[in-house]
Amino acid sequence: MGTLKSRVAIAEQSPKERRSNFNEVCLGYNIDEARLEATRCLECKKPKCVEACPVSINIPLFIKHIKSGDIAEAAKVIDLDSSLPAVCGRVCPQEIQCEGSCVMGKKGEPVSIGKLERFVADWTIKNHLELTTKSSKRNSRVAVIGSGPAGLSCASDLAKMGYEVTVFEALHMPGGVLVYGIPEFRLPKSIVEEQINQLKRIGVRFELDVIVGKTITVDSLMEEEGYGAVFISTGAGLPRFMGIPGENLNGVVSANEFLTRINLMKAYQGDYDTPVYIGKNVVVVGGGNVAMDAARSAIRLGSNVKIVYRRSEKELPARAEEVHHAIEEGVEFCFLTNPVEILSDEKGWVNELRCVKMRLGEPDSNGRRVPEPIPNSAFSISCDMVIMALGTSPNPLIINTTKGLKSERWGGIHVVNEFGKTTRPGVFAGGDAVTGAATVILAMQAGRKAAAAIDEFLRERDSKHFNFSSAN
Amino acid sequence: MFKILRKRELAPDIYLFEVEAPRVAKTANPGQFVIVRAYDKGERIPLTIADYDKRTGSVTIVIQALGASTRVICSFEEGDSFVDFAGPLGQPSDFIHFDPDKINGKRFLFVAGGVGAAPIYPQLKYLKERGAVLDVIIGARSKELLILLDEIREKVDNLYVATNDGSFGYKGFVTCVLEELISKGNQYDQVIAIGPMVMMKSVAESTKKYSIPTIVSLNTLMIDGTGMCGACRVTVNGKIRFTCVDGPEFNAHEVDFDEAMLRLNMYRSEEQKRLVDIERKHHKCKIGRTM
Ligand SMILES: Cc1cc2nc3c(=O)[nH]c(=O)nc-3n(C[C@H](O)[C@H](O)[C@H](O)COP(=O)(O)OP(=O)(O)OC[C@H]3O[C@@H](n4cnc5c(N)ncnc54)[C@H](O)[C@@H]3O)c2cc1C
Ligand SMILES: Cc1cc2nc3c(=O)[nH]c(=O)nc-3n(C[C@H](O)[C@H](O)[C@H](O)COP(=O)(O)OP(=O)(O)OC[C@H]3O[C@@H](n4cnc5c(N)ncnc54)[C@H](O)[C@@H]3O)c2cc1C
Ligand code: SF4
Ligand code: SF4
Ligand code: FES
Ligand SMILES: [Mg+2]
Repeated sequence: MGTLKSRVAIAEQSPKERRSNFNEVCLGYNIDEARLEATRCLECKKPKCVEACPVSINIPLFIKHIKSGDIAEAAKVIDLDSSLPAVCGRVCPQEIQCEGSCVMGKKGEPVSIGKLERFVADWTIKNHLELTTKSSKRNSRVAVIGSGPAGLSCASDLAKMGYEVTVFEALHMPGGVLVYGIPEFRLPKSIVEEQINQLKRIGVRFELDVIVGKTITVDSLMEEEGYGAVFISTGAGLPRFMGIPGENLNGVVSANEFLTRINLMKAYQGDYDTPVYIGKNVVVVGGGNVAMDAARSAIRLGSNVKIVYRRSEKELPARAEEVHHAIEEGVEFCFLTNPVEILSDEKGWVNELRCVKMRLGEPDSNGRRVPEPIPNSAFSISCDMVIMALGTSPNPLIINTTKGLKSERWGGIHVVNEFGKTTRPGVFAGGDAVTGAATVILAMQAGRKAAAAIDEFLRERDSKHFNFSSAN
Repeated sequence: MFKILRKRELAPDIYLFEVEAPRVAKTANPGQFVIVRAYDKGERIPLTIADYDKRTGSVTIVIQALGASTRVICSFEEGDSFVDFAGPLGQPSDFIHFDPDKINGKRFLFVAGGVGAAPIYPQLKYLKERGAVLDVIIGARSKELLILLDEIREKVDNLYVATNDGSFGYKGFVTCVLEELISKGNQYDQVIAIGPMVMMKSVAESTKKYSIPTIVSLNTLMIDGTGMCGACRVTVNGKIRFTCVDGPEFNAHEVDFDEAMLRLNMYRSEEQKRLVDIERKHHKCKIGRTM
C-alpha cells in the first residue's frame, strides 16, 4: 500500500451550520482516522518537522505510537516537551511550523501533525490519564503573575518539581488570552478549564482578582509574603488604536473589548448580564488571528462582515486555517485598504468608514514590503460597527511598580538571557510580556524555561544559605 | 468570595455596603475604585471606594440601583458575598503626591452630585487630616436622595446643599451654588467634582471661566479595569486616554464631555432589555417564595 498523498479528511461543522453557533468548528479525528493519518508519517531519520516545532516535540515518535494504537504512550512523548498540547494542537500556526517543514508536504499534503497532537491530548483528557508525578516537596514558594499559557506552563513545571506555587491573576477567570481572546469555536473553554484543574490537582493555588502593581506588588510578594522567586507572565494586552478621527464614536470598539464581552463575559448567551453591541454591517480592521476571531464572532451573531487589511492576502499574519474558515463562513476581505477616518450619524453612531487603497512599496529592514497609500484612491464603506484589531502591547503596570526591573523602549520587560532572567534577582519574565504579542507555543516554552531557571536559582540560594549557616 | 459585613440604606435605592476585602483595603487610596461581579453570570462593574479600613480589612462602597447589576447587588444582604471584588484600580487622587505644605491651609471646593457624595468622603478625610480648608457642595434631585450629610459635615468647614426641587437647601443645581460662592469672592486652590457626567461638564464650564484648577472623576463604561479592552477610553487634551488606568480623575478643562456622554449610552438598549429580564426573573422568585 502506497502512502496516502492527501490528509485523512477531518470532520467539521458545515459553514452554514456553524455560522449560527459558537461550537467548535473542527470536530477532531476518531481513533481510526488518527491511526490512518499517522500511517502517512515516514518517520524521518532527520525529521524536519521537529526542527520547525518551537518546542521540538518528538513528532515521529508520538505519531508512531498512534500508528500502533498506544495513545497513552504518545501522550507521554508529547508531555516531555509541551504542557498544553490540547491547546497548541488547535491554535499553533502549524503551516509555518511543524507542518510547514514536513517532507510529505513537498509532493502532497503534510502530515496533520497538529490534528494528531490534538487527538492525543483530547484522548488523554477523556480517559483521565494523569501524566504528572509530583516529586518531593521543596520548601520554597514561587509566585506566578498572570495565568496565560506562559504562567500556566511555568506553574505546572514548578509544581511538578515540588514547589509551592501561587498564580495571581487580575481577571476573575484564569487562562489569559485562552479564555478572554480566543473564541469557543476555536478553543472550547472546557479544555482550558481542564488544563487549569490539572494544575489545581497537583497543588497550584490560584488567587484571582489580584492586580499585581495595584492590589499587591512584586516587592510585597518577595519582602512580605515570603515568595523566593517571581515569574511575570502578564502578556501583551493593551489594545492599539489607529489615531484616526472618529475612533471614539459609538460603534467603534477594540477587538479586545468585543472578544472579552463575548468570550470572558459570555455576552452571546442569553442568561449573562454583560451586553454586547452587534452591528448589521461590521468592518474589522486588521489581518491577524485577532481580526479573524472578531470577524467570525460577529458573523455568528448575525452580522455581514468585511475585513479591511492594508497589505495583500499573502501577508495575512493569521493562521491559514482561520483565514480559510473565515472565507467559508462568508467574511469578505478588502485587501490593500487602509482606513483614514470614521464618520457618524447625527447621534454619534458610526455609519461610514473612509479608506484609501494601498500598494506594496519597497521592503523595510525586516524585508516586508511597506504598504503605501495610492493618491486619490479614497472611498467609503458604509457600516454601523468598526472593530479595531491592530495589535497589542505589554501593560506597563508591573514595570512601573517594581524596583530594579528594566524595560525595553517599546514596553516589554527586559530579560538578560533566554531563560527569562530579569535585571532583578529572583524575578523572571516570559511570554508576550517579554516578546510582545506572539504565540501560545512560544509563551508556553518561555514559561517552561523560566521554571528551570527558577529551580536553579532557588537551589543555588538554598545551598549558599546552607554553606553560610554550616560555616557558623 | 467577598463577604458583605454591613449593609445600610442611605436613601431610596441607594445602599452602603462594607465588604471584607483585606488585600484591597491594604493598598487603597482616595480616588480609586474597585470592579465587582455580583454572581457567576454577572457583569464586571466599577464602583468608587467610599471608605476603607486597613486594620479590619474592609472596603466600603455606595451603590445606586439603576440597572440589572446594581439592582441585584442592592438586593444583597449582610452575610451574602460578591464573587469578585478587584482593586484598588485607577490612579489615586493627585493630592496624595503633594507635599504637606501644599495641602495645609489650602482651600478645596468639592462638588458632589447624587451618589458622588460617597467617593468624596475618603478624599475629605485625607485632606482634613492634613490641614486643608474644605468647602463642599452636595446636590441631589430631592431631599430624600441626599446621602452621608452628617458624615461629611463632620469633616468639612462649610457644607452647602442644593436640591433640584428645593425640598432641602438651595433650590437649583450645584453649579448655581458654585457660581454664587465664587462671585461672593471665595477663593479656591482646587475644585474637585464627582457626579453625573452632565454635572461635571457644567462645573468644568463654570470653573474654566474663573481659571480654577478642577479635577473630575469620570464614570465611563468599563469591563476589565486594567487597560485591556479600551471601553473606557476618553479624549483628554485631544488624546485618547484609558479612564481605568490613566484616570479616573482628569483635568476637567481638558475632557471632551460631549463625547464621553455619548459613549455612556453605547449599550443603552441592551442594558434596558437586561433589566426587564432580571426584574421578570426576580418577580418570579418572589411569587415562588410566597407560595
Ligand atoms: C484573539 C486572539 C487570538 C489569538 N490566536 C492565536 C492563535 O491562534 N495561535 C497562537 O499561537 N496564538 C494566538 N494568539 C496569541 C496568544 O494567545 C498569546 O501569544 C499568548 O496567549 C501569550 O501568552 P502569555 O501567557 O504571555 O499572556 P496572556 O495569555 O496574555 O496572559 C496574561 C495574563 O496575565 C494577566 N495579567 C496582566 N497583568 C496582570 C497583573 N498586573 N497582575 C495579575 N495578572 C495580570 C492577564 O489578565 C492575563 O490573564 C491570539 C491572541 C489573541 C488576543
Ligand atoms: C470609576 C467609576 C466609579 C463608579 N462609582 C460608582 C459608585 O460609587 N456608585 C454607583 O452607584 N455607581 C458608580 N459607578 C457607575 C456604575 O458602575 C454603573 O451605575 C453601573 O455599572 C450600572 O450597571 P447596571 O447594570 O446596574 O445598569 P445598566 O442599566 O447596565 O447601566 C446604566 C448606565 O450605567 C452605565 N454603565 C453600565 N455598565 C457600566 C459599566 N460596566 N461600567 C461603567 N458604567 C456602566 C451606563 O451609562 C449605563 O447606561 C461608577 C462608574 C465608574 C466608571
Ligand atoms: S507544538 Fe505546535 S509546532 Fe509543535 S508539533 Fe505541536 S502543533 Fe506543531
Ligand atoms: S517530517 Fe513529516 S513525515 Fe517526516 S517525521 Fe515529520 S511528520 Fe513524519
Ligand atoms: S476598562 Fe478595559 S481598558 Fe479600561
Ligand atoms: Mg449593566
